[in-house]
Amino acid sequence: MRYLPKSPSERQEMLAAIGAKSAEELFASIPPQFRLKELLALPGPFSEQEIIDFFSARADENSRGYTSFLGAGVYNHLRSVVTDAIIQRGEFLTSYTPYQAEISQGTLQAIFEFQTLMCQLTGQEVANASMWDGSTALTEAVLMADRISGRRRVVVAKSVHPEYRQVLATYSRNLDIEIVEVGWTLSGQIDLDALRGLVHNDTSCVVAQSPNFFGIIEPIATISEIAHTKEALSVVAITEAVSLGAVTPPAEADIVAMECQSFGMPPSYGGPYAGVIATRDKFVRQMPGRLAGQASDAEGRRGFCLTLATREQHIRREKATSNICTNQALCALAATVHLCLLGKEGLKEMAAQNLAKARFAAAELTKIPGVKLAFSGPTFNEFVIELPRSVKIVNQSLKREKIIGPLAIGTWYPELSKRGLVCVTETITRAEIERFAAALGRALAEPL
Amino acid sequence: MKTEEADTTRKIVSDLKPNASGHADHNEGLIFEKSAPGKRGFELPPLDVPVVDVPKALGAEFARDAVEGFPEVSEIEVIRHFTRLSTWNYAIDLGMYPLGSCTMKYNPRVNEFVARLAGIATEHPYQPIELSQGCLKILEVLQDCLLKITGMDAVTLQPSAGAQGELTGLLLIRAYLESKGNPRKKVLIPDSAHGTNPATAVIAGYEVENIRSDAQGQIDIEQLKRIVNEDVAGLMVTNPSTLGVFEQRIAEAAKILHDAGALLYMDGANMNALAGVARPGDFGVDVMHLNLHKTFSTPHGGGGPGAGPVVVKKILEPFLPAPVLGRKPEGSLFLDFNRPNSIGRVRAFVGNFGVLVRALAYTLAYGPGIRQATEDAVVNANYIRKKLEGVFDLPYSSPSMHEVVFSDAKQKKNGINTMDIAKRLIDYGFHPYTTAFPLIVPGALMIEPTESESKEECDLFIAAMRAIAEEAAENPELVKTAPHSTRVGRLDEVGAARKPILRWKP
Repeated sequence: MRYLPKSPSERQEMLAAIGAKSAEELFASIPPQFRLKELLALPGPFSEQEIIDFFSARADENSRGYTSFLGAGVYNHLRSVVTDAIIQRGEFLTSYTPYQAEISQGTLQAIFEFQTLMCQLTGQEVANASMWDGSTALTEAVLMADRISGRRRVVVAKSVHPEYRQVLATYSRNLDIEIVEVGWTLSGQIDLDALRGLVHNDTSCVVAQSPNFFGIIEPIATISEIAHTKEALSVVAITEAVSLGAVTPPAEADIVAMECQSFGMPPSYGGPYAGVIATRDKFVRQMPGRLAGQASDAEGRRGFCLTLATREQHIRREKATSNICTNQALCALAATVHLCLLGKEGLKEMAAQNLAKARFAAAELTKIPGVKLAFSGPTFNEFVIELPRSVKIVNQSLKREKIIGPLAIGTWYPELSKRGLVCVTETITRAEIERFAAALGRALAEPL
Repeated sequence: MKTEEADTTRKIVSDLKPNASGHADHNEGLIFEKSAPGKRGFELPPLDVPVVDVPKALGAEFARDAVEGFPEVSEIEVIRHFTRLSTWNYAIDLGMYPLGSCTMKYNPRVNEFVARLAGIATEHPYQPIELSQGCLKILEVLQDCLLKITGMDAVTLQPSAGAQGELTGLLLIRAYLESKGNPRKKVLIPDSAHGTNPATAVIAGYEVENIRSDAQGQIDIEQLKRIVNEDVAGLMVTNPSTLGVFEQRIAEAAKILHDAGALLYMDGANMNALAGVARPGDFGVDVMHLNLHKTFSTPHGGGGPGAGPVVVKKILEPFLPAPVLGRKPEGSLFLDFNRPNSIGRVRAFVGNFGVLVRALAYTLAYGPGIRQATEDAVVNANYIRKKLEGVFDLPYSSPSMHEVVFSDAKQKKNGINTMDIAKRLIDYGFHPYTTAFPLIVPGALMIEPTESESKEECDLFIAAMRAIAEEAAENPELVKTAPHSTRVGRLDEVGAARKPILRWKP
């Protein structure tokens, strides 16, 4: 077997040195009735080429050749080939968590740079590296807010990604956390009046997402102010991180939970991505996840090491701030390389292109009779359209034209049937937008 | 390497005049320190729709100018920066990485290749199910493989990593017990367990009761009998244990728990000692997680990503996180969200799909031959044990499987502890083993070679360890001040935690 570096005679030599006649002997500590007598009936063994053929055949059964207007927490953005070249270097790819600082300085310095970039983007003072994804980052942010506030009641905007809210519900169920939901107004933004009525002295935090699940930018400053009047924390989720190249950062928030997938990670059918939590310095000891800090050696050379580990499970066990151990380090590295390539101007330009393309698409689509924008609030690269018929039926027609159309959000919001979420990033061309609009027009003209 | 040589290496670098500091890779700064206005490393295709004025489009309240302090560097500078950083890392690709419990085995490159294929990496989790059949087929084949390897009945691939697998498993136990009328209060955890076990139990809403290992480092069955009662939801046990030893009375433990209505959770971190040899489903385990980044070779990537699938017995299937994979009567695959008894989601989307792809590629490469990988891992650990026994103290003499745990008791006499030995190992060209874990062994040296090491590499490692043992006796100062060959020496971690600097500032 090509991955195993021993010849048959070397195996025998090693067994002889051990004093065993066969490898089977080394398993004698397993009670005999539990030892398998036969090899497992697994598919394989496959050569490298057969493995490539198997996965290529699976790729052919997917959506190649279609133009997609899906977003909703997973975004298709341009990625430089440089990012992949760097993260495939064995020194990054095949190293472990940098507990041994002296021979992990590469990973540690890159983490330190990631933390800095995340602070700059979010307007926060400290960021970890990393959480499993945006949804678990948000859940951990809420648990963190509960620890800081000593309260157990959480007010969550219904316009937060439905799957993020489901994850929060799973974690909260056994932790005595009460979740109260708050709706939206005609703008698609959080209902501020309702929010004022729901935030009390026992509220741990207010959770909003911006841009929210409907693509609408939330008034984070006002939301945070409302939370702060009752000494509750303001927690902000961000699923589309590229928005931070154009939209005001949530600096007024106390904790930001962000999904970094947009920074150099392919959609990959749901993962792996990288979540991150950013917060204020004063809350750092309540933060989950790993942190790299600057340090120096005996000769005064600058280096980096994992720090404040007394928050973590391997030291604190049941008193840890989280159970997270393995995180998404390589994905965080991808985000770091990607952002360094884009740089100040590149990120700004990418964000501006998203805004321009989405605005152009919205204008084109709403020219179609019966199609209108569902909400009036400000949007970045996603918007909800209201159709005169079921989104699912329309999507069947679009599929025939090799277009993956709007996401039917009625799946999660029964009151929003006939509404579809459209995402347009810089990867979509004007011609594709026009083709989409034309196809949608035809689809809606079809007899029902 | 002798110290004089090591010192010379470092001296050459530090003796250069500051205004001509030699090859930059010895003192590569932060990317922010290389930034200059107007440079960039990526260009977008020109905009083909009308330009939108951002402040006008969003309103002054929501519009932002460029991100303050963001780096401005060219492509070649990014390449050099991260390539230089990479050279400061140790990696499996460079040599043996014997971190016990972490299973640092070879990460096959074809896995990386297939995970990046167009039609795999490009797929969106919300695209129509009929355009996702390839992705779902990958999940189905992987599920089948994991069930065969573990001898369990049902599986979820959703959990992001081992710790989330643990949480999922405990939530399944909780949901099952609730369906029987009482979720119970406590989870039992041996003192040899990974820190994630107790941290997870708390998030699942359970109290932790730590149980002591017996004189052989195994589950103390008599103690278990005494403490299992109607308050106990389950026992979390790692098998083989963190000593690298098979829990011989595991089936008995399962029976004690089952008789009391409690369940047995197995931490599958060490499944690489069992794959193809024994199946947890056969010895009484009700639920376990697998670390695909350990047993199934997906790269650790400096800390992640991983994936932590959970396999269960039939009784727990109704409670699995939604969605689960289903097959329609006409043959197509779908995601089944209609799961009224589900514990809910533990993360967004189907899981770390790209990691699942890599794990399947690994499994397909071996097929039934996965047993050979397990055997080689166990041969390597026992070979190292044999050759180092007597040189280092072996606190538990029970037979080792995939890893061996020594202690620093012999070297302690000269004031040398496990961390010192670990740091000196760096000078010999190896990554350290796991230090100071498991907690039941004071001053532990936890060594896991994996199947990926040749006899030659094992022999080099053994020679290095023996040499360090000699140095510890003859020249302890040399060991205590190691490493001597790295870019930085031991860092002041206490100082770093006291006044944390966690980001660059201009």
